[in-house]
Amino acid sequence: MSADTSSAIGSVESGPHYDVDNPAPLIEAPRKRTGKTPRATRGNFEMAAWLFMRLSGVLLVVLVIGHLIIQLVLDGGVSKIGFAFVAGRWASPFWQVWDLLMLWLAMLHGANGLRTVINDYAERPNTRLWLKGLLYAATVFTILLGTLVIFTFDPNIR
Amino acid sequence: MATPVLDKVEAESAASPYITVTFRVRRFNPEVSEHAVWEDFPIEIDPKERVLDGLHKIKWDLDGSLTFRRSCAHGICGSDAMRINGKNRLACKTLIKDINPEKPITVEPIKGLTVLKDLVVDMEPFFQAYRDVMPFLVTKGNEPTRERLQSAEDRERFDDTTKCILCAACTSSCPVFWNDGQYFGPAAIVNAHRFIFDSRDEAGEQRLEILNDKDGVWRCRTTFNCTDACPRGIEVTKAIQEVKRALITRRF
Repeated sequence: MSADTSSAIGSVESGPHYDVDNPAPLIEAPRKRTGKTPRATRGNFEMAAWLFMRLSGVLLVVLVIGHLIIQLVLDGGVSKIGFAFVAGRWASPFWQVWDLLMLWLAMLHGANGLRTVINDYAERPNTRLWLKGLLYAATVFTILLGTLVIFTFDPNIR
Repeated sequence: MATPVLDKVEAESAASPYITVTFRVRRFNPEVSEHAVWEDFPIEIDPKERVLDGLHKIKWDLDGSLTFRRSCAHGICGSDAMRINGKNRLACKTLIKDINPEKPITVEPIKGLTVLKDLVVDMEPFFQAYRDVMPFLVTKGNEPTRERLQSAEDRERFDDTTKCILCAACTSSCPVFWNDGQYFGPAAIVNAHRFIFDSRDEAGEQRLEILNDKDGVWRCRTTFNCTDACPRGIEVTKAIQEVKRALITRRF
C-alpha cells in the first residue's frame, strides 16, 4: 500500500500535493520569538551604544563641518591641499587631536550604525557573523592605521 | 425590513447607496497550496459600511472558506487587525468610503507573524513578548483593605498607554519586528510603560531592566509606523522614548 502510494506520488508531475492530512508548510516570519528566546542581558552595551550614537553625532556635526570648511572653502579651497598643507596643520597638537577625534568618532559611529543595520536585516546567524566580522576587521584596521599615521607622521619624510 | 434585497436594488439603482467594491484578499490555505494568492471578490456594498462588513458579506454569501478573526466588531477586542490597502488597521473601524472604493481594496494578514490561514496569524510570539514585560501590578507588603488610591496627576502620567487593546497593529507595522521577531515590539513596550509609570506599581525597575535587553527599547528606530498604525491613537513612539529616557535618567 505504502509502496503503491509512493510510486503514485512519483509519477505526479505537478509538484507536491497538499490536503487536510498533508498541509503545506506555514508561511513563517524570519527569526520569530519563542518561549525559549534567551533573555539574558549583556550588561548595558546596547544602552551605551545608543547613547554613544547621540553624543558622537553631535560632536561630529561640529568636527566634520569644521573640517570641510577648512579643507574646501577657506584659503582657496581644495586646490591648496597638498603634502605641505597637511604637514603644516599636523605640526599643531590642536589639529592632531581634532583629526584623531574625528577619525575615532566617525569610524565608531559608522561601524555601530552598520552593526545595527546588520542586526536588523541579516537573517541567518552565519550571515550576521561574517558580515559583523568583516565590519569589525575593517573598522579596527582603519582606526589603527589612521592613528598610527597621525602619531608617527614625519614632515621630513623623503 | 429595511434591508433591500439584491434585485430590488438593481431596479431602483438610481437612488441606491450600494456600489460595487472589489475586495482583493490575500488567501493562504496550507491544505491546498504552499503559496499565498490574491483573490478578487466584487461585492455590492454601501460605502458607509466597514471593511469588516465586506468581509462578512464575502464569507456569508460568496466563499465560506474565507478565514479571519473578529469578535466584538466594534474596535474594542482588537482581534481583527489586518493590513488594509497596505496599512495596518482594524477592519471594524475602517469605513469603505474612507479608503477609496474606486480601486480594489487589498486585505492582507498583518506582517511579521506566521500566517496560519488566510488572514489568521499566529499571535503567540506577540503575546509571549507581552507576558515577558510582566503586564500586571506588582507591590510589596500587605494587601490594603480598600482600593489603592492614586492622584489624578499620577493617573494622567500613563493614561495614554492604558488604551491599548493588544490588536498587534503597531508591532506588526514595525520594520524592526518584521525582520527580527526577537524585538519586544511596540505593544509590549507600551504595556510595560503603563506599569512603569504607575505610581502604585513597584516593579518598574525590573521592567526597565527587561527592556534594557539587547532586543528591548534600544532597537527602536523611531520610524513612527506604530504611532500611525495604532487604531486607539496611542502615541506609541513617544511611550517608547519615555522608557528610553527613564532608562538613562535613572542611572545618571
